[in-house]
Amino acid sequence: MKLSQYFLALLCPIILLSSCKKNTDEVAADTKSTFSIEFENQVNGSPLVLNTTTYKNAKGEDFKINVFKYYVSNIKLSKADGTTYLIPESYFLIDASKAESTNITLKDVPTGDYIKIEYTIGVDYARNFAGAQTGALDPINGMFWTWNSGYIFVKLEGTSPQSTATGNAITFHIGGVTDPNNTIRTFTTEINAANPLRIRTDGKPNMHFIVNAAALFTGKTDVSFATLNMTMGGANSVIVANNYANGLFRLDHIHN
Amino acid sequence: MLFLSIALMYACSKNEDEVTPEEKKITFSVPANFPAPVYSFEDNKLSNAGFALGKKLFYEARLSADKSVSCGSCHQQFAAFTQLDHKVSHGVNNCQGKRNTPPLFNLAWQKAFFWDGGVKNIETSPLNAITDACEMGTDIQTIVAFLKKTAPYPDLFKQAFGSTEINSQLILKSITQFTAVLVSGNSKYDKVMRKENAVSFTSAELAGYNLFKEKCTSCHAEPFFTDFSYRSNGLDLVSIDEGRSHITGVASDLGKFRVPTLRNIEYTSPYMHDGRFYSLDEVLEHYNSGVKASANLDVQLKNGIPLNTTEKEQIKAFLKTLTDNEFIKNTLYSES
Repeated sequence: MKLSQYFLALLCPIILLSSCKKNTDEVAADTKSTFSIEFENQVNGSPLVLNTTTYKNAKGEDFKINVFKYYVSNIKLSKADGTTYLIPESYFLIDASKAESTNITLKDVPTGDYIKIEYTIGVDYARNFAGAQTGALDPINGMFWTWNSGYIFVKLEGTSPQSTATGNAITFHIGGVTDPNNTIRTFTTEINAANPLRIRTDGKPNMHFIVNAAALFTGKTDVSFATLNMTMGGANSVIVANNYANGLFRLDHIHN
Repeated sequence: MLFLSIALMYACSKNEDEVTPEEKKITFSVPANFPAPVYSFEDNKLSNAGFALGKKLFYEARLSADKSVSCGSCHQQFAAFTQLDHKVSHGVNNCQGKRNTPPLFNLAWQKAFFWDGGVKNIETSPLNAITDACEMGTDIQTIVAFLKKTAPYPDLFKQAFGSTEINSQLILKSITQFTAVLVSGNSKYDKVMRKENAVSFTSAELAGYNLFKEKCTSCHAEPFFTDFSYRSNGLDLVSIDEGRSHITGVASDLGKFRVPTLRNIEYTSPYMHDGRFYSLDEVLEHYNSGVKASANLDVQLKNGIPLNTTEKEQIKAFLKTLTDNEFIKNTLYSES
């Protein structure tokens, strides 16, 4: 007796919910559509302008950026019911010098409401050791180490008066997938359930992320260019990856 | 009826005379005494056209910065695809590289490449030599641009991959169709192992083989004559070349290099990662009396490998049974 009462109590809101859904949402089963993501490159709230603008790191040191490129891969979306969809072959190289690269389009995604997105900052382990690749992973993009095969996940090059390197250069090539210097990091962000990513056959939403290049140099460890101005994998790259793991990306808003 | 069929055959053969004789189908064959390869051609379907293109690229000196160096410059077939008489590789602008050129064969069984194992896939291996300032001194972008505007390459890519599109992936896949097919498994040793045509070792070779199994196989494991591990064999008290630690960043890997194969060793002089030894005698004497107590010295070499004169000669006799003349003289692999 008691059990069935609970059951009924449970059933009622489910019926209500499902009828709700039917009335307003009209998500047809098994349909697919498209959404896009815009990555707006900034430095501590200011637009990222290559070569000319001077920024300050968390230590108060001036720096300029000449190159800023990073991989976003293995994009995965989650629904409220816990089901997930991993977008196959989702490898994107965002290059601050190429405006068209900062807006990516994801096709053939099952329609529905998604409340979480996660992706790899960089390239998964397997692809670092796979055979010759093309597209975003083509070594022609200058993001592949030829002598110690694997991808550069995040590349930032520039200058700082504090740097002791030749030409005051700052060179941050972050990559490496084997312990103890594994720099693969996954970024996850919840999406406000009140305004989820609504993918519909007639609705192709756009997600807008702010990308803060200065996040490489603060977060867990404030980097001073006087002591760390060059890394190409290894322990110092791990310091930088731990910095940007949470601070590089921020979901600003969604246009549904 | 018989007459008719003979007439038909005759007609057939006459017609065939007018077309070019059919090429030998390029295949990748695993010798019976080898295990299954690491590389499969699953994602890189082997074809005659793909192999021919890969071979042409391998021997194309115009790919290098000063148009003087091809892959084949440092990987010479008569030296089992290493560079004869060169301690270290000799690249563009007469630049001397850092390490001895490794021979190229049985690469489809290798999981890592170069003396330090930095490259993990055969397909991406050429990129290292292409971009090294002391090897070909160029970049893949320049090579793609060159091939796009240079006949007959667009046609060759079309024959190999069905499109005149040229990109780094197709370049690397075609080169791999050439390099992965380079299998050396027809030495006298192989024939003895496979009991082919009643081939047998001489008494000196057999004595050498027995000594080898006793003293050398823990690193130079059969059938590749390497266990593909990284070790220090005590060449220097302190290695100038960091070796494997350049890749791993681990101090215990300092001065370690991949155990080299001994197949075709007769033709791959000079020896060691820096090509310091010109003869097998020097190599064997190193193990007999020259092993230095380097920090990461392999424990098995703590006391060297004592060898008397007879033993050295017997081991040398055995090592020469690892020479595969069919491989070294196979015109299929030669520059044409």
